[in-house]
Amino acid sequence: MTRRLMEGSEAIAEAAVVAGCRFFAGYPMTPFTELLEGMARRLPAEGGVCINAESELEAIGMAWGALATGARAATGSTGQGLALMQESLSELTRSELPLVLFNMARGQADYYQATRGGGHGDYRHIVLAPIDIGEAVALTQLAFDLADRWRNPVQIYGDYLLAHTSEAVAVERLDFAPLPTKDWAVDGSLGGSGASRNINPIGMTKGSKGIEPESFWKRLQAKHDEIAAAEARYESEHTEDAELLVVAFGTVARFVRYVVAGLRAEGVKVGWFRPITLWPFPAQALAEAAAGAARVAVLEQNAGQMIDDVRLAILGAAPVIPIGGISSDEAGFGIGPLLDVDVIRDRIEAGLAGREVPR
Amino acid sequence: MSGDDNRTRFVVRTDRVPEQPASRVGEQRPGLLRSEDHDLCPGCGEPVALRMLLEAIEELGLGQDSIGVVGIGCYTALTTLMDIDLIQALHGRAPSVATGAKRMRPDKLIFTLQGDGDMVNEGLQEVIHTAARGESVTCVLLNNGVFGETGGHMTATTVIGQRTKNTPEGRDAGYHGHPILVTDIIAGLGGTAYAARCGVYDAAEISRTRRILRRAFETQQKGVGFSFVEILTMCPTGWFVPTAEGPEYLDQVLGSVHRLGEVKVDGKLVQS
Ligand SMILES: Cc1ncc(C[n+]2csc(CCOP(=O)(O)OP(=O)(O)O)c2C)c(N)n1
Ligand code: SF4
Ligand SMILES: [Mg+2]
Repeated sequence: MTRRLMEGSEAIAEAAVVAGCRFFAGYPMTPFTELLEGMARRLPAEGGVCINAESELEAIGMAWGALATGARAATGSTGQGLALMQESLSELTRSELPLVLFNMARGQADYYQATRGGGHGDYRHIVLAPIDIGEAVALTQLAFDLADRWRNPVQIYGDYLLAHTSEAVAVERLDFAPLPTKDWAVDGSLGGSGASRNINPIGMTKGSKGIEPESFWKRLQAKHDEIAAAEARYESEHTEDAELLVVAFGTVARFVRYVVAGLRAEGVKVGWFRPITLWPFPAQALAEAAAGAARVAVLEQNAGQMIDDVRLAILGAAPVIPIGGISSDEAGFGIGPLLDVDVIRDRIEAGLAGREVPR
Repeated sequence: MSGDDNRTRFVVRTDRVPEQPASRVGEQRPGLLRSEDHDLCPGCGEPVALRMLLEAIEELGLGQDSIGVVGIGCYTALTTLMDIDLIQALHGRAPSVATGAKRMRPDKLIFTLQGDGDMVNEGLQEVIHTAARGESVTCVLLNNGVFGETGGHMTATTVIGQRTKNTPEGRDAGYHGHPILVTDIIAGLGGTAYAARCGVYDAAEISRTRRILRRAFETQQKGVGFSFVEILTMCPTGWFVPTAEGPEYLDQVLGSVHRLGEVKVDGKLVQS
């Protein structure tokens, strides 16, 4: 397939359609808006539906209904819109519905929201953080596959740069292993049969009295343990002899990769590690990558969130220092001065020297 | 004299043998109801409304073509008895869930089952937007004027003077505000094709409730817009009245404010 110059939002929308997404609902907010526009343009032609929902609460509710019928469905927003969706997100997880959720975030300060969640109760969802548009196209398709495979929501963590820059990409359909049929989906057909379904987040079974929350929640916990063991993804380079290991995710990791390659060419012993899944966090791989390092530096565009997971992975084997920080443009869209190879080079050099960086 | 009258009025026919033995209404369980053994309070109106809903679906022959979306309230416990495909929604959020389901399965009857706390308090914007969009779904409101589930608290439909746990002296307009007459709001929206209010306080109204539900579902089948049914239901527990007085209280206290009848039919407001 030929490559075409595409804006990230357009490419992600195309990837979602290629993956079989047939329902989308959203409420405009920068930098998510263009993804919504892309879905509104593409879905009707594919026999799908895109609704300009009256609120984020309703957007995720609509996706919920579409998912329950067995359709591939998605919604999204920025972190703020996702904040409104949190109650639904946790209950969708307990309803075991395969939502794909796009956070076209304003920077990286939604790491806690994405990985810990602001919803209630014990729940987890997979979070994929693409480094560039090409990977976003692949991870969007993977998201739909993982969501169906595990019957669990999957989030794509993007940002302004991913949504709004253009690159030459080819949106090709990826093949995944066969999935089980969605015999759990409601189509109305089982009414009166004694075997009708109730897709619900509270462990309610037809014909039984009351609910059994404890055994239901424990079963979900076991599933989340399985996901954690099976789905951690990461990328790393130059880790074997690195004195400093730099950890970054998403767009920021792209800058880090470039700077580290330059430093390596100059003979500086620095490596980098990037979680592709923010949850499950690739803790074991990170611990191994950091095994010989004198120091681990975390470069994230926020006040320090992923650093918690890095410390939990390293478990005190090496000092873990923050070299990122809050950085924004005037509009608050997350295009701050930190997103600059010279600035990032300075920060990494500070990390190598064990110097503190202004944050 | 009167004995003779009776003999002439009730003729015992011997020329035709009934096909089935006589049975009481209570024994004729709708096929979409797994069991009558519910855990709601004695005198509660919600199981009665549920029964009318299931009977209406059955009468239309849609038992194998219906998906219900249920909110959170006392009626949630009835879902284990409903032999119909269901989606359990969050408190207040059923109309948007129904929207997504209908858009993916336009061939199915999609309805919501919500209470006044669920629909009129927590999720009012959902039902209004769904109606305004002319979404081809039916939203069914069980209105008892209280949060029954939490123990009898004021909702947005509680009428002036009604005693609840947080209006112990009765709802006072100056202090607690005014009730929302939701069917009238919904009826005023362009996307609404059918809107009606009924109650389950006596046999005639119960039968009318079933007919109204049928008309709402038929409206959905015609695909001409949003349909809405508000059913006033007894909640003696949440009203703090003796069980036997529930129907009368419903008729006189709630029914005098939330007036019964069809408000919009075939997209036209009914003149009253
Ligand atoms: C977001 C949220 N807030 C509060 C509750 C607690 N809650 C459960 S049922 C209920 C009231 C239900 O009232 P209504 O819908 O009128 O149903 P009824 O019990 O009267 O049948 C409330 C407030 C909840 N489940 N979710
Ligand atoms: S509290 Fe009211 S609504 Fe709930 S079951 Fe009892 S009577 Fe019914
Ligand atoms: Mg109520």
